[in-house]
Amino acid sequence: MKLELRGITKRFGALVANNNISLTVESGEIHALLGENGAGKSTLMNVLYGLYIAEEGEILLDDVVQKFAGPGDAMKAGIGMVHQHFMLVPVFTVAENVVLGHEQTTFGGRLDLTAARAKVREISDRFGFDIDPDALIEDLPVGVQQRVEIIKALSQDARVLVFDEPTAVLTPQETDELMIIMRQLAESGTSIVFITHKLREVRAVADRITVIRLGTVVGEASPTATNAELASLMVGRAVELTVHKNAPELRGTALSVKNLSVIDARNQIVVNNVSFDVAAGEVLAIAGVQGNGQTELTEALLGLQHHVTGSIDLDGKPLRGFSVRHILDSGVGFVPEDRTEDGLIADFSIAENLMLDRSSGAPFVKAGNLQLGFRAKFAAEKIREFDIRSQGSDMHAGRLSGGNQQKVVLARELSRELRLFVAAQPTRGLDVGSIEFVHTRIIETRDSGIPVIVVSTELDEVVALADRIAVMYRGEIVGIVPGNTPRATLGLMMAGEPAPATEAAL
Amino acid sequence: MSDAAAPAPAYGPGKKDGSERWTQTLRDITGGSAMISVLAVALALVVGAVLIAFTNERVQETSGYFFSRPLDMVQAVSDAVAGAYSALFQGSIYNFRANNFLTAIRPLTETLTFATPLIAAGLGVGLAFRVGMFNIGGRGQMLIAAGAAGYVAFAIELPAGIHLIVAILAGLLGGAMWGGIVGLLKARTGAHEVIVTIMLNFVALYLIQFLLRTPGALQAPGSNNPKTPAMLPTAVFPDLFGPRYNLHAGFLTVIAATIFVWWLLSRSNLGFQFRAVGQNPNAARVAGINVKNVYMYAMAISGALVGLAGINQVLGTVTTGFGAGIDAGIGFDAITVALLGRSKPWGIFAAGILFGAFKAGGFAMQAAEGVPIDIVVVVQALIVLFIAAPPLVRAMFHLPTPGATKKPKIRADTGRTTNEVVAK
Repeated sequence: MKLELRGITKRFGALVANNNISLTVESGEIHALLGENGAGKSTLMNVLYGLYIAEEGEILLDDVVQKFAGPGDAMKAGIGMVHQHFMLVPVFTVAENVVLGHEQTTFGGRLDLTAARAKVREISDRFGFDIDPDALIEDLPVGVQQRVEIIKALSQDARVLVFDEPTAVLTPQETDELMIIMRQLAESGTSIVFITHKLREVRAVADRITVIRLGTVVGEASPTATNAELASLMVGRAVELTVHKNAPELRGTALSVKNLSVIDARNQIVVNNVSFDVAAGEVLAIAGVQGNGQTELTEALLGLQHHVTGSIDLDGKPLRGFSVRHILDSGVGFVPEDRTEDGLIADFSIAENLMLDRSSGAPFVKAGNLQLGFRAKFAAEKIREFDIRSQGSDMHAGRLSGGNQQKVVLARELSRELRLFVAAQPTRGLDVGSIEFVHTRIIETRDSGIPVIVVSTELDEVVALADRIAVMYRGEIVGIVPGNTPRATLGLMMAGEPAPATEAAL
Repeated sequence: MSDAAAPAPAYGPGKKDGSERWTQTLRDITGGSAMISVLAVALALVVGAVLIAFTNERVQETSGYFFSRPLDMVQAVSDAVAGAYSALFQGSIYNFRANNFLTAIRPLTETLTFATPLIAAGLGVGLAFRVGMFNIGGRGQMLIAAGAAGYVAFAIELPAGIHLIVAILAGLLGGAMWGGIVGLLKARTGAHEVIVTIMLNFVALYLIQFLLRTPGALQAPGSNNPKTPAMLPTAVFPDLFGPRYNLHAGFLTVIAATIFVWWLLSRSNLGFQFRAVGQNPNAARVAGINVKNVYMYAMAISGALVGLAGINQVLGTVTTGFGAGIDAGIGFDAITVALLGRSKPWGIFAAGILFGAFKAGGFAMQAAEGVPIDIVVVVQALIVLFIAAPPLVRAMFHLPTPGATKKPKIRADTGRTTNEVVAK
């Protein structure tokens, strides 16, 4: 089915989220919609899906103008959506989820689950999904849950499928599998709109690319365009994806982790006998597919895990077994993996968030009293220094964009006197401009003689930042290799293969 | 609990479960704007007016011949409603019929007297709200505080002035202890504070009843009634404006408490940590705030504030000796007061005075117009209902929805499943 959007304009008050956007997706085509966070991609798709009504413009399917009053109309017209956050009921089975909202019943109002199962099997077989219709959603891996979403859309005879940032929650392997599925779907005649801000994926799978910036279409590109071309279209200026950095000036071992093991709440060994050193003035990147113990390792460093054995010594002083407060006071700066959940308090102002981990003493607190004057001055200074785009230091952190939220976290952590800096997934979900800012800051921290640990699942980020790379697999460190190790080798290590002997010796 | 060898707690603030949604709802209900509170009161009064009209005999009579003489019924309705609400006003603020100012203003002092314990308890409940906890244990905390303050007040002889202060401190300590138990259980075992506070209400009630029947404890000597002796005059709050008015110096302690809570929440670092834990315990924990200690401190202070209500009851309002009903349901009314006051100290102060006015004026309304005092209770209940349903109030008055353009935040739990992916 051919999809055409003509001159779509959508305003929220004074803000123009979509400005006269036109887009054509031919039948059987994968059309990538590329743009930074907040560029207006999701708004456009919500207009398409009937969640928003556009002020101007029209939607055409096979050259017929459509009027959608809600998602129900859009679904009937053959538009399906695979949301970034899955709309599935975890305690229902696959079949139950697929028919949810369109249940067919037999005599007496009983659910016709046999038909539902058959439908799931039929679609599943058609694309080689291998999904058990009776499996509970909560038992399925994220990648498979996403396939259930796809089946759900296809079961409603969707001819246009919208994927809203589908890879944000997937591991690299799952991402590759999704790409293959998208290809299959396109070959069977389904039109696909693929929303993303990851350049690599766009180039791997898209037939055509439309780049959106600040609510307007800024250009079309073919998949043969280079990363740099696409990135500069997205942010409107030439960005460097590699970080400029000089060779590290090592100043002796600062952090020494020996035989560290972590047992989680379910009594699983999630970090298994890990040992590594970090020198002052170097970046040790911890690479690996998500869920291989990196999260627990960083939490153990900060004292957030309860069952930890082994030793963590910073500048000769033990850290293991002390409270988070003590570890922070020892000079550990920490950027948590999930900034909205663990890094910020959404309903607190920027100024309040900037003092969040310094609420027990000078300079922010004197004799139990908050030093509001000092805090306001401090906040104004940091907002300038870290270029936090806001309406002032009283603005709630929850209303900032992801990139600016991360800048608040960075500003808070880097403004203390640090002896170790741990950043977990520091650029997850950020746009290209913010990524560049965060990377520069991390390297500056390293150059000031502070040992830095960066945990990342993005190989590009690991390679860009690391002086040395430790690869984790199933709770263990497979090997620690130099920062210039070829990606192919790193990829093998992330799958659990030991490092080549020559490099492991380093 | 950072010691690696310590056993894993059954409950941690980092766990994402049903309680997260519950906390969010609590936050939405308690965090709304002052406008919602005002509109909720206005709406409740309108519905109350309808009820007054319905129950009025004259209105019922005139409705029988509504179609022949409709104006009769309109007249009857407006008479009934205006009469009831004017009686409510005259009974709670200013009595126009009195022949001099000092008499005319008496209802206002009555209102403040009724408001005193409501504000104190409301502050306690509101403080717990701000830390993300529901303190339903007002009754128990009031009873224990009243018992402790009362015992010091009637059984121990001390010089005037000092006696009052010691009695107040004993009461505060009692309330703090009773609230602190809840915080301790929540922090150490993960027990939910709603369950624990409700259960401790019964423990406190039966404990006080037992002591009231035990000679030498709280029971008045030579009496078989479950009632304490009268408080010694040295431990009683002095009247503020002489014996003509019931208003006593307890009102000043409540003003001080309001100022204290304001300072605590918006100016102190402890309050900063309280609010941080209330808004996002995960981020608070990562920022090095000891969440468990915060729960304990917050519940202890909350209990002490609710205890202040009990102290005011025994040392100010009922000084002739008290029984197990001394809490007078204030611990529960306090929840309404805290909700109406949006858990903000001065909001609670204002809401407490409003509810004090309902109590003072309710009696006058019943006496003057024959309107059942239950109407006041219904109006109070409606206020809670409207506050708990902000979307309803917003829809009725076409107010904008806060954060309307925000997309619902639904998080996929990724960490749980990826291990399986890797294992494949």
